[in-house]
Amino acid sequence: MLEAARCIVYRDLLLALRRRTDVATALLFFVIVASLFPLGIGAEPNLLRAIAPGVIWVAALLSTMLSLGRLFAADHADGTLEQLALGAAPLGVVVTAKTLAHWLLSGLPLVLIAPVLAVQYDLPQALYGVLALSLLLGTPVLSMIGAIGAALTLGVRGGGVLLALLVLPLYVPVLIMGAGAVEMAAAGLESGGQLLILGALLVFTAAFAPWAIAAALRISLE
Amino acid sequence: MTTAVRWFWFASPHTFFPLAGTIARWSGLLAVPFALAGLYVGFLVAPTDAQQGEVYRIIFIHVPAAWMSMFLYLVMAFWAALGLAFNTRLSAMMAQAIAPTGALFTFIALWTGALWGKPTWGTYWVWDARLTSELILLFLYFGFMALHASIDDLRRADRAAAVLAIVGAVNVPIIYYSVQWWNTLHQGASVSFTKAPSMAATMFLGMILMALAFWLYSIAVAMVRVRCLIVERQ
Amino acid sequence: MLQAKELECERGGRALFRSLSFILEEGEVLRVAGANGSGKTSLLRILCGLLPPASGEVIWKGAPIQALKEDYSRQLVYLGHAPAVKDDLTAAENLAIACRLAGNAQPEEALREALARFEVPRKLFVRQLSQGQRRRAALARLALSAPVPLWLLDEPFTALDSSGVAILRGTLEQHAARGGAVAFTTHQDPGMAAAKVVDLDA
Repeated sequence: MLEAARCIVYRDLLLALRRRTDVATALLFFVIVASLFPLGIGAEPNLLRAIAPGVIWVAALLSTMLSLGRLFAADHADGTLEQLALGAAPLGVVVTAKTLAHWLLSGLPLVLIAPVLAVQYDLPQALYGVLALSLLLGTPVLSMIGAIGAALTLGVRGGGVLLALLVLPLYVPVLIMGAGAVEMAAAGLESGGQLLILGALLVFTAAFAPWAIAAALRISLE
Repeated sequence: MTTAVRWFWFASPHTFFPLAGTIARWSGLLAVPFALAGLYVGFLVAPTDAQQGEVYRIIFIHVPAAWMSMFLYLVMAFWAALGLAFNTRLSAMMAQAIAPTGALFTFIALWTGALWGKPTWGTYWVWDARLTSELILLFLYFGFMALHASIDDLRRADRAAAVLAIVGAVNVPIIYYSVQWWNTLHQGASVSFTKAPSMAATMFLGMILMALAFWLYSIAVAMVRVRCLIVERQ
Repeated sequence: MLQAKELECERGGRALFRSLSFILEEGEVLRVAGANGSGKTSLLRILCGLLPPASGEVIWKGAPIQALKEDYSRQLVYLGHAPAVKDDLTAAENLAIACRLAGNAQPEEALREALARFEVPRKLFVRQLSQGQRRRAALARLALSAPVPLWLLDEPFTALDSSGVAILRGTLEQHAARGGAVAFTTHQDPGMAAAKVVDLDA
């Protein structure tokens, strides 16, 4: 089982390496979206500092959602998804491995790039840690919930926008807790509570999402 | 044992069709007196509020509608889960039948909230915890209906929507809790529909009566819709 | 070994076939014939467990496949309509990964031999190969699937030239001779002496 999981992660990373632009464009989107807000709202420093956690988190949400199209669609199109479903490992393990690879390519880089955006918004350096940690805990949840949506909308008309409609409401708790943690820290309050809740969401999602993703995938493959 | 057999007998759309019609007729008829009673208590019997005057009376529609919207989502998810587990077509149809009514009550809750907000707080939309949760719930309903509508194969559509409904149902309490917390973080306790005038017994009675009326109405409409679906899918 | 019992398939509201029953024993080759749209691919997908039948069941060595799950999929190779190969990988890489995921990891030499048998260029990316070569790259897996008893192949002869057809035919006959079972669909005549034919148009 572990062998199969490792094989799948390796395969997805190798494929992404050979299609670097796909991955890079999603990350560029993250930066561009965050850069749009000051242009739309005005660059008054206090205002920017106040909206920074929310903006960075919303940008992370949208960027993750954009990259979800890549999760199953390519494999579905060339028939390899069926082979994964018929492999020696249970489908739950397969989807977990694919989601993990997806997070490594689309979620983890957000955690690493976020400080750059924080600079754009003049977020105090002391908050970088909380910001990165909140994203570190939150982006895997986004990937997993997004994977459920991606599996449900596989090959469906209006896929991308429909995926957004399905998944964004489910993202709301992660957004609230993630941005909230940074905002609490910015206000000088204890952010540990929110981070713990994020951690709990991560554990809860990791426990139940694989079932949902596998079930959704099986339904889509029928 | 016989009860189990009888349940599964009714699980056939063909045999359920006439039963649905009967249920629809009776619950539709019953809904009317309950609605009248609820409106009577709410608009005529319950006392005028000291701070908000007569406007607060919209609470008798707003709160029961909000209750219904959440309750119907859970019922919808229940039928969807049943359909997924036992592969019964009727269960999936029940979920499909309930969705639009649930969305309607969510919309009513939002709209009455706006109507309440304008004279009370001066704006039509307030980022109150309940209103925000209702808004997200509306998106969940729309997502369910949109997903089902987007998939051509009926069986796949039923089952995919069922998975979505279950995932949504699990998330509803999480969403509700996080929105509550968000509300306390960002706004003082000043603007909040949850801080409605303290519940007099008559007010509570009024809301219960309206809730029952809405519930009976929902049953009637869902039954009619299920009958339409049964005919459509024949 | 493989038994189909009263299978019914419904797609898009239409019943494609009803009460379909047959048995596939060891060493037998089964050909599923039928016009376009008669349900050949659906039947194969029902047999490998991807598609649940509207009614009826599939039995493998006495147990229903729904109960066996991975234990069943480990004992079969399914090659679908699309050659399941990634464009951005080489044929060799595709084959190596496919074998590992099937729980059947192979050493380098074995992979090389399999690709040579089907005359597939090893080091080119699959997107640089022709349709026929892609099909061969997918079929190369069969050369390494001797220990897997059941082979389910959907239109395996598509896009193959006469030499490819000959190689594939030889591989299938070898597998049957070894005691394996093969079921394939085709609407052409592969020139194989198939032991059984299931005709979905009948």
